[in-house]
Amino acid sequence: MAQPLLRAIDVHKRFGATEVLKGIDLEVQQGEVVAIIGASGSGKTTFLRCINLLEEFHQGEIQVDGERIGYTEGTHRRLGETAISAQRAKIGMVFQSYNLFPHMTAEQNVTLGLIKVQKRPKAEAVETARRWLDRVGLSERRGHYPYQLSGGQQQRVAIARAVAMEPKLVLFDEVTSALDPELVAEVLAVMQDLAKSGMTMLVVSHEMLFVREVATRVVFMEGGRIAEQGPPDALLVNPKSERLATFLGRFHGVFR
Amino acid sequence: MFEPGSFLYEAWAARYGLLAGLATTARLSGITIVIGSLIGILGGVALSYGPWPVRLLLRGYVDAVRGIPVLVLILFSYYGLALLGIQISPFTAGVVALGGFCGAHMSETVRGAIESIPIGQTEAGKAIGLTFWQRLRYVLLPQAIRRLLPPWVNTAVEMVKGTTLLSIIGVVELLLATQQTIARNYLVLQFYFAAGMLYVLVNFAISQLGALIERRTAHFRY
Amino acid sequence: MTYQFNFDVIFRSFDKMLAGLWLGLWLAALSLAIGTVIGLLAAYGRQSRLAPLRAVVWTYVEIIRNCPILLLIFFVYFGLPELGIFFLGKIESFVITLSIYAGAYLCEVFRAGLASMPARYVEAAKAIGLRPVQRQVHVVLPVMFRITLPALSNNLISLFKDTSLAAAIAIPELTFVTRQINANTFRVMESWLTASALYLVTCYAIAWLLRRVERRYAVIR
Repeated sequence: MAQPLLRAIDVHKRFGATEVLKGIDLEVQQGEVVAIIGASGSGKTTFLRCINLLEEFHQGEIQVDGERIGYTEGTHRRLGETAISAQRAKIGMVFQSYNLFPHMTAEQNVTLGLIKVQKRPKAEAVETARRWLDRVGLSERRGHYPYQLSGGQQQRVAIARAVAMEPKLVLFDEVTSALDPELVAEVLAVMQDLAKSGMTMLVVSHEMLFVREVATRVVFMEGGRIAEQGPPDALLVNPKSERLATFLGRFHGVFR
Repeated sequence: MFEPGSFLYEAWAARYGLLAGLATTARLSGITIVIGSLIGILGGVALSYGPWPVRLLLRGYVDAVRGIPVLVLILFSYYGLALLGIQISPFTAGVVALGGFCGAHMSETVRGAIESIPIGQTEAGKAIGLTFWQRLRYVLLPQAIRRLLPPWVNTAVEMVKGTTLLSIIGVVELLLATQQTIARNYLVLQFYFAAGMLYVLVNFAISQLGALIERRTAHFRY
Repeated sequence: MTYQFNFDVIFRSFDKMLAGLWLGLWLAALSLAIGTVIGLLAAYGRQSRLAPLRAVVWTYVEIIRNCPILLLIFFVYFGLPELGIFFLGKIESFVITLSIYAGAYLCEVFRAGLASMPARYVEAAKAIGLRPVQRQVHVVLPVMFRITLPALSNNLISLFKDTSLAAAIAIPELTFVTRQINANTFRVMESWLTASALYLVTCYAIAWLLRRVERRYAVIR
């Protein structure tokens, strides 16, 4: 097998005295769509945030494309601000609460990183932004400010903002949880489209139907550890562990 | 109506002194607001993100200035700076005191504005790879400035009003110019009233302008 | 150059400074009390159905809030005698000015307090059959005072700092006394440092005390 795009080795993370990640080992290959499921408090969001260095972790190692993330090789000393920013630029992230910049139009939200981080010429950045806004179905709305957009539209802009930078890996952190039910589908459709195009995605989600349909692999987290993983059909339909069965039971027989 | 001793006649006679006073008031207000805003932006950013010794120092400055009456700051600055051997005009002493006062209040306002921006904005900025200064420049400050506007306008009005205190150390701004006029013609009520209305008019205009801009930009806030 | 600190002269006049501080506190407390009455009446006036009354109150609030207080002090102290009002001493004149000044700011505070009053309290008061005045006295006002307590304490501190302006008409409060000591002794640093420290300590003492009161009377909205 080729070198994995993402490799997490024994990642530990504490908040004060409580250990929220108790040793996560995970490898994600280029082009995989890995869904992380689990109850709230199981550490899935924290793990995602560690990959993008929004959280510090205390032990272990995370590599993206062979490069060690956040800490100097061989030690646990944190890299400088500039180095960390550069690493984050290669990883996209979409948040539960969209976090669009409210003082910028949809297009400006997308171009900011292209111009300021990737130093691309403005015309090229605008072109790229328009292409991506078109791809998420919002070419009509590129001049709109976030307050003029629905939640689903905002989240699609946020996805465009993340993927326009052509990251090696995109992290999706419960991106549909804050949306009204009728707006969930449009966002999932965009994500499905991206998955089909071969983008490497790590998705924390509670949308089990989406997970089953789109993910190439499902990881079940429980108490800060990976409890079970495998192909979606096997894992979701025939859970091995009692706990996963209980967890899935909450989704009312969607799969059986 | 225009004979000597009437308000209009005396006002016309004193026009140069009064206009010069008004100009001094405007100049004082402008300078102190600019100095105060500069201190405020630097101070506010440092209070939010600075290393702890800087934060501690600034916190001391801000809290001290906010617990001392402006007049005491002005008198302290006027008598104190002269003592340090700095040849200083009442105007400069006044600018130092009022600028420092304005800066302390603005620092606290800016800090509050920055810290009221949801953490998700910083995280989104980090996620697309912006560095600290880029996040400040493109994400946080533009939003902070919109939040700052109402308190900033209030502070500006307070500063225009505060310049009158410099009459006590002999800066001939509008209030002292008015008093000098009154000393010649004894039209106490009329001239105090007229000067008061002038202040009210200017400050009311500033407030209304601020309210207008605020309504225009209200959408871009969380 | 080095400055030789010598606090001896200050200690000799320290009782005068404390007396000045005490006077300032009284001036502020008195003005807050009168200002609260003015502010409350004005806040109800702003809610009145009578348009002219609303306009009068609005004019009062806008004029006072946009006018420098020092000018108001001079206007009342030097100007009113021109209108035949001679009976005012310095202190009365100053307290009246500061009260009118405080009233305008407190009007806005109380207006916001009344506006943020949860409707359910009034409804509950209606439900148990309280008459309109009773509703105000027993329900609305007590709740509103608790809601506005933080703003009231800020106002008291501001008023206390504003009492330093009484020095301009030679009322012997702390700033005036300090200026005298400064003029008599030439101990510039010592006198102003002491005055600043006294103001600082008093302001934060008031703030601390009132925060305890706030906690005691906090309402859950």
